[in-house]
Amino acid sequence: MVRLLKLITKSSYICSIRTMSTELGPVASSITKKLKSSLATKHLDVINESYMHSVPKDSETHFKVVVVSDKFEGLPLIKRHRLVNDLLKEELQTGVHALSIVAKTPQQWDESDKVIENSPNCRGGFGK
Amino acid sequence: MMNTVLRRSVLSIYNTSKKLTFRSFADSATKENIDKLVKNNKVVVFMKGVPDAPRCGFSNAVVQIMRMHAVPYDSHDVLADENLRQGIKDYSSWPTIPQVFINGEFVGGCDIMLQMHQSGELVEELKKVGIKSALLTASEQKQNETK
Repeated sequence: MVRLLKLITKSSYICSIRTMSTELGPVASSITKKLKSSLATKHLDVINESYMHSVPKDSETHFKVVVVSDKFEGLPLIKRHRLVNDLLKEELQTGVHALSIVAKTPQQWDESDKVIENSPNCRGGFGK
Repeated sequence: MMNTVLRRSVLSIYNTSKKLTFRSFADSATKENIDKLVKNNKVVVFMKGVPDAPRCGFSNAVVQIMRMHAVPYDSHDVLADENLRQGIKDYSSWPTIPQVFINGEFVGGCDIMLQMHQSGELVEELKKVGIKSALLTASEQKQNETK
C-alpha cells in the first residue's frame, strides 16, 4: 500500500514537471514541426524525458512522442515507428539518443484511455 | 578461406577468453557477422548491458518481458562493442537500442515489444518459432485447475 502511494506521488511529481516545462527546446520544436507537417497529426505530444537520465540539465537527448495520425491507418506498428524514425533521422543522428514512440490512428486514440505511461527509469548506460 | 585460418589461429591464442577474441576483430559488425548473430538463436536481443545487469531502462524492459515469457535468447551488449552498436543500427535501419530479432527477423525495440506483450501478439510470434511462452503455460494450468 505504501508502495502504491509512493508510486502515485512519484508519477504526479513527474507530471507536474512535464506541465511546468512549457517552453520547448530547439530540438523539441524541430521534432514537433516535422511530425506535424509530415503526418498531419491529430494529436501530438513531444515529451522531453532527458531529465530522467544522467545528462546535463536542459538536455534534449531522450524523447517520447505521442503521434496520432490518419497516415498510420493500415500500417503495422513497425512501419509506423519506421515512418517516425525516418522523419526524425537528423535529430537521431545529432544528439537524440532515445526516442520512445506511441503511434496511433485517430480511432485507436479515441478508444484508448489516453494515459501515456512513463518511460522506464534510466539505469546509467548513457552518459559515457 | 584466409579468414577461417586466421580466425582459427586467433582462437587458439585467445581460447581462454572468447569475448576478447570476438572483440579483437574490427569487423565484428559487418553484415555477414550480424547475419550470423541474429540467426544464431530463435530470439536474439541487442541491448545495453547484460540481462543480469541491464544499463538502460529500455533494455531492462525487454529483459523483463523475455523473463516473464521464459524465453531463451542470445543477448549482445552493444556498450562492449562500439562497432556493433553502430553496426546493428545500420543492419536493421533502426536508430535505437534495444533491438529484438525473432527467427533472424527484426521485430522491434522496447515500445513494440511492450505492445506485443500487452496485446498477446508476442505469445503468437513465439509460438510460430516453436517457443511456448511461460505465460501461456501458466494460463493453461489455471484453466485446467478450474475445470
